[in-house]
Amino acid sequence: MAANSESDAAIWVREHASEWQALAADSAAAAQRSEATVEEALRTLRAYRILARHLATVRELMPGGVLTEILERTCAQLHTAVNRPPRLTRARWARLFRDDIPAAAASVRVLTLWLAALLVASAMAGWWLINTYPQLISLIASPKMIEGVEHGHLWTYQILSIAPPAMLSARIIENNVMVVLAAFCFGILFGLGAFYIVAFNGLSIGGLLAFTHRHGLGLELLKFTLAHGFVELSVICLAAAAGTALGESVIRPQCATRAESLRRRAAELAPLLLACALLLLGSGLIEGFISPHPAITLAARLAIGLGYWALMLLWLSGRLRIRATRARSARMKLPLLRR
Amino acid sequence: MAEETLSVRSLTGVEMTLPIAGPGTRCYGFLTDWMIRLLGALIWLLIASLLRLAPGIQGRSAAHTVWVGGIVLALVTYFLYQPAAEILTKGRTPGLRTAEARIVTLEGTTPGIGALVIRNVFRLIDCLPVFYVVGLVTCMLTPRRVRLGDIVAGTVMVRTDAGAGPALDRLGVQARRTRLPVEALALVHDLLERWSTLEETRRIELARSLLTELDAEFAARGTGLDGAALRVRLEELLGGEQRV
Repeated sequence: MAANSESDAAIWVREHASEWQALAADSAAAAQRSEATVEEALRTLRAYRILARHLATVRELMPGGVLTEILERTCAQLHTAVNRPPRLTRARWARLFRDDIPAAAASVRVLTLWLAALLVASAMAGWWLINTYPQLISLIASPKMIEGVEHGHLWTYQILSIAPPAMLSARIIENNVMVVLAAFCFGILFGLGAFYIVAFNGLSIGGLLAFTHRHGLGLELLKFTLAHGFVELSVICLAAAAGTALGESVIRPQCATRAESLRRRAAELAPLLLACALLLLGSGLIEGFISPHPAITLAARLAIGLGYWALMLLWLSGRLRIRATRARSARMKLPLLRR
Repeated sequence: MAEETLSVRSLTGVEMTLPIAGPGTRCYGFLTDWMIRLLGALIWLLIASLLRLAPGIQGRSAAHTVWVGGIVLALVTYFLYQPAAEILTKGRTPGLRTAEARIVTLEGTTPGIGALVIRNVFRLIDCLPVFYVVGLVTCMLTPRRVRLGDIVAGTVMVRTDAGAGPALDRLGVQARRTRLPVEALALVHDLLERWSTLEETRRIELARSLLTELDAEFAARGTGLDGAALRVRLEELLGGEQRV
């Protein structure tokens, strides 16, 4: 029986050995290629199928042998090379912005509102705290900031006099992106990390407003934050909500395992991170170029801030998508009407 | 208990395994990439320094702008190198290539942009408190040797095997040329593949033992051949030169 099996194996190997040279070459080429023609792709798929078939046969004929190991190694390499996600075409990008991002935002809408409420509540608490115990301002503001405000100057304008607007914008964007990413990542700690970041930001905002108000600079600070603040704070709440949703997926898994549930939720929420980064880019530019500019009036700042915020809400709520779809369907119907 | 391999199912239903990279391979790949991005950032600073001295750049303001531009580019290079490299190379950054590793999904496929972005975002936690302690500890404790970012993104780092294709090629050529039985062919091939990694005494011992069984002429003449001659003899048995 054993001798018969060995002779079967020998016959099979000698019959198919001539194919391996070409298959090995196809396998090596596929691993190195970043794009392929239709012909190359078909050849690679053919090689993949043949190698998998050979692997299955060799496992039967020579289990645990060197040939099995080599075929398995080659096949595994080709498996990774063959199974690639599709390239991001213009249509895919359009779908990401039109459908995926609003869908991700909609899935965390309630959480976002709760976190916005937490932000407001902690801002009020910060206001009360600093109004009642002004000495506690040293917990949330640096000595330089405190000294500046006590002398009647906001730190925001001091920053502008040191750094040019472009540099300032870059630093602000970097800082804001880090806060947003931290709110997202630390949400994995059962949402507590996201709560902490939102509450701390709210406390700081309320405290600083109270402190500047006590020194007659409250309106100045409000004027400075008006143009960029709406979007910036909304994005922090949104990222924290996404983080909390990650934490929730661990606490209350929707899949067979917690890890699987976490992976699914992270994949669903990933487009939201892109939206947050883009929105912060805009608000960072506003904060660097418009907010510190003394010539821009309060009304103009309010208009910019509310306009940008409204645009964000329209995008994230999917309203822009509906309008685009309507426009497209109107264009599609036009030739039919003409007929 | 750590898993040595990642089992994946091919499109045709055949199961196969990918060797999982350990913390050592990960560190090697990361440090190589870190050196590349540090070098990139330093090059921007060097260019900015040299431009400041250029005759065309006059005045304190222009020199300051050039310097600020250099710093911004250096920071962008340093902080965005890792995600950008992973996305552009589809999980095979230069550092990982050097370490002979790559990032794949749990199904053994090439990861998408979303997964690569997520695994990079979670570096924020993995690098805490210093020097990637959280990531390293997670990597040592999890069965698939993954850090937190990989758990969330659903990715695994596996060792690549550039030698598999050429080995199959050689085996195919040898199988056609040799008269040896298939099992013997596989043994000789394996010994020759591992020749350089084996100790001198060990490989001589294995070669003699194989030749005594497979080569009647060698068995009759005795065992006076040295390592190099034994290797040539084995290659002759396979019907040609072993190209390694």
